[in-house]
Amino acid sequence: MKMGEIDLTMVNWARAQFILTVMYHWIFVPITLGLSFLCAFFESMYVRTGDDEWKKLTKFWMTLFGINFAIGVATGIILEFQFGTNWSNYSWMVGDIFGAPLAIEGIFAFFLEATFFAVMFFGWERTSKRFHLFSTWMVAIGSNLSALWILVANGWMQYPVGMAFNPESARFEMQNFWEVLFSPVAIAKFTHTTSSSFVVGSFFVISISSYYLLKGRHVNMAKRSIIVASVFGLISSLFTAFTGDESAFANAHYQPMKLAAYEGLYEGERGADIVALGILNSGKRLGDGQEPFAFEVSIPKGLSIMAKRELNAFVPGIKDLVYGNEAEGIMSVAEKMEKGKAAVADFAAIQEAGKSGDEQAKAAALERFKVNQDYLGFGYLDTPEEIVPPVATVYYSFHIMVYLGSFFILLFMLYLYFSYKDTLEDKIWLLALGFCSFFLALTASELGWVVAEVGRQPWAIQDLMPVKMATTNIGVGHVQTTFFMFFVLFGALLIAEIKIMLKQIKIGPEGV
Amino acid sequence: MIGNLDIVVLQQIWWIICSIVGALFLFLTFVQGGQTLLWQVAKDETEKSLVVNSLGRKWELTFTTLVLFGGALFAAFPKFYATSFGGAYWVWMLILFSFIIQAVSYEYRTKPDNFLGQKVYETFLFINGSVGILLIGAAVGTFFTGSNFTLNDMNQVAWTNSLRGMEAAFSFFNLSLGLFLVFNARVLGAMYLVNNIDFTETPELEVRLRKNCLTSFLCALPFLLYVLVSLLLIDGYGLDGNGVVSMVAYKYLGNLLAMPAVLGMLLVGLLLVIMGVLRTSLGTGTSGIWFGGLGTVFVGLVIFFTAGFNNTAFYPSKVDLQSSLSIYNASSSHYTLTVMTYVAFMIPFVLAYVIYVWRQMDSRKIDLNDIADKKAY
Repeated sequence: MKMGEIDLTMVNWARAQFILTVMYHWIFVPITLGLSFLCAFFESMYVRTGDDEWKKLTKFWMTLFGINFAIGVATGIILEFQFGTNWSNYSWMVGDIFGAPLAIEGIFAFFLEATFFAVMFFGWERTSKRFHLFSTWMVAIGSNLSALWILVANGWMQYPVGMAFNPESARFEMQNFWEVLFSPVAIAKFTHTTSSSFVVGSFFVISISSYYLLKGRHVNMAKRSIIVASVFGLISSLFTAFTGDESAFANAHYQPMKLAAYEGLYEGERGADIVALGILNSGKRLGDGQEPFAFEVSIPKGLSIMAKRELNAFVPGIKDLVYGNEAEGIMSVAEKMEKGKAAVADFAAIQEAGKSGDEQAKAAALERFKVNQDYLGFGYLDTPEEIVPPVATVYYSFHIMVYLGSFFILLFMLYLYFSYKDTLEDKIWLLALGFCSFFLALTASELGWVVAEVGRQPWAIQDLMPVKMATTNIGVGHVQTTFFMFFVLFGALLIAEIKIMLKQIKIGPEGV
Repeated sequence: MIGNLDIVVLQQIWWIICSIVGALFLFLTFVQGGQTLLWQVAKDETEKSLVVNSLGRKWELTFTTLVLFGGALFAAFPKFYATSFGGAYWVWMLILFSFIIQAVSYEYRTKPDNFLGQKVYETFLFINGSVGILLIGAAVGTFFTGSNFTLNDMNQVAWTNSLRGMEAAFSFFNLSLGLFLVFNARVLGAMYLVNNIDFTETPELEVRLRKNCLTSFLCALPFLLYVLVSLLLIDGYGLDGNGVVSMVAYKYLGNLLAMPAVLGMLLVGLLLVIMGVLRTSLGTGTSGIWFGGLGTVFVGLVIFFTAGFNNTAFYPSKVDLQSSLSIYNASSSHYTLTVMTYVAFMIPFVLAYVIYVWRQMDSRKIDLNDIADKKAY
């Protein structure tokens, strides 16, 4: 893989563009994933009870759903295009594996969403009650199915399974679809992402309903919405905690560097403690012997239990993973880089021999290549320290996410308790907290992606392809221009979306 | 079962599947056509609302089909996806922008406090229907006229024209194909709206739509003829038995003659479109869209089949013939194509429920009640 000169400025602009588009897209997606199911619950209540109040309530939430959905669709198509436009080398190298879930997402999920979305919005008078309800459920299932496929694709990047590098065609090729689909990382990703999105969707409803209760408007509707959203939210948030634990367990096995970064663990140990609360020592550099934390509260052996489910298991730290730890059988990055560079050289030799038609030399180079192929990505690194992601970003994102997630469980419980007591309207403090909850939940959700994606830097595909090798070789000016075009467009559309949403909330369910 | 098929068969099956999705997309551009008709056929807010709401129920179907077209090409022909999207950067970026602005416009157009105002959202719809479709046509035109790229040993693309894809729009052939698609979309848009709206209260809207169907067709005609005649005369990018690409005189004429079924589809397709236009503009019937739609699907298939079959490079490079992409050198592996072929067995089921749902939804035409609804666009 000769790349000529890599323009790192361009790589960073392409990166910035991806961060911008994906984080912007993610404002709308979790709302869609959660609110679609809530709309289905609300409408089920209507069909079951025949009570028009439930119908009015359903229609109100559906209006907000529609406003959010439109911009979610608009921002989703960008990502599909961007893999090709800005990351064409990636698209070529792994398109054989990565393209499939994207196409399947289109066939299985998008048509389900698009078709039944129209019934959900315009079919109240045109289809039977039951068929309409069925359609609303299909929208919810379709949205979440689309999440499944894109998360399978993402999970594969974090833990590339079911494939092999084919030096003939110079790309990675799929060998086992089921391994890709049922990869433990993909499953952990799907369950954690969808369940946490249900939490965001639930808080979307609770936040707006709390605002109504604070204002003393639409009281019945708000209370009903809160009960349904709190039950759904509580179950989802407990499940999110469980799947979060599963994700950490998967990280420990497949992406130990990510785990070490978000736990702030520099030196690995047996029976490692987990930092429950801590502030990083900002002057700490790898290998300087300084304490990693300026202040910390730890739970003894907590990390070993979480990562390995064993009291005295060894959890490798950043230092072990970079410089190796012979006693624990961890190879140093320097050694991996050597093997990687050998793989790169043998790969070039295969290509040369192929061109000159020297079959013998080609076969020999192929044999050599196979020995080191698992380290291919390391061949493109410049220094061993490059494999360390930005520790502070990952550490704080992770911890804030966990604190918020735990707090959400409590918040849902409080909402349920006071709903049961029927004193919710008097609890101004809780309603104020509930009003803010949506923004906190969205923050936690975005931070989760920061942990997942910043935490796996420098890799586009774990151990196989660094991000800097994945871009299109296009001048920095082009990428900068499109970055600012997106920036301006997103700004305008976000303002429009928020203004429209606020107006509809102000109008309330009487207007729908 | 599928796994035993030869890779060449799978590559051809996938070119057919991608072609079908692409051709269906061209049919569904009646939405974009309707968007560019809006300012001509709707004279007041009521008429405008009828048109927008009628289109607004279908825009997602078109959009989703486009996304699937991209996804299918990515999965089946990843080298094309990487080369074209990464290389012809700006043409794809502008197409992308024209669809981003479409996606919010229906929902936000008449919502109170919508920040940009109704006019801007309607302009977005117009840009999507005109610039968006024109550039898609220009991009497809490069299947025949070629692009400016080279691929290195690692299959990384280097684009040799500083316009990065926008140069596609400056070829008269590509531009003509684009304009033909824009006007054909308008023909289809008029046909669809005639079929979908209840004109009891707005008879003049119907008259204008029927008239515009004919004038749009007449505008499309010269561009269509130019594209067709050029296609029959120009040299094309042929493959020999070893995959070596060379310029072949009358290549696309040769392709049509070598594949009589495709030639037949072209003639039937054009005939169907003309029948649809006559039924819509001269008659009082509402079935024109089915003729025009099916005709467009046939013509679309002809475009893709002529570009990709009969040993032709479907994404040729003008500057380095051997960098050209064919369905044989750009495809996914045998394994992936096999998996995707099993997945493709789902497509008929998807089509079936889409058709079932829309038969229910369209059993009653769009009327003033629909646009009075609070959910209306």
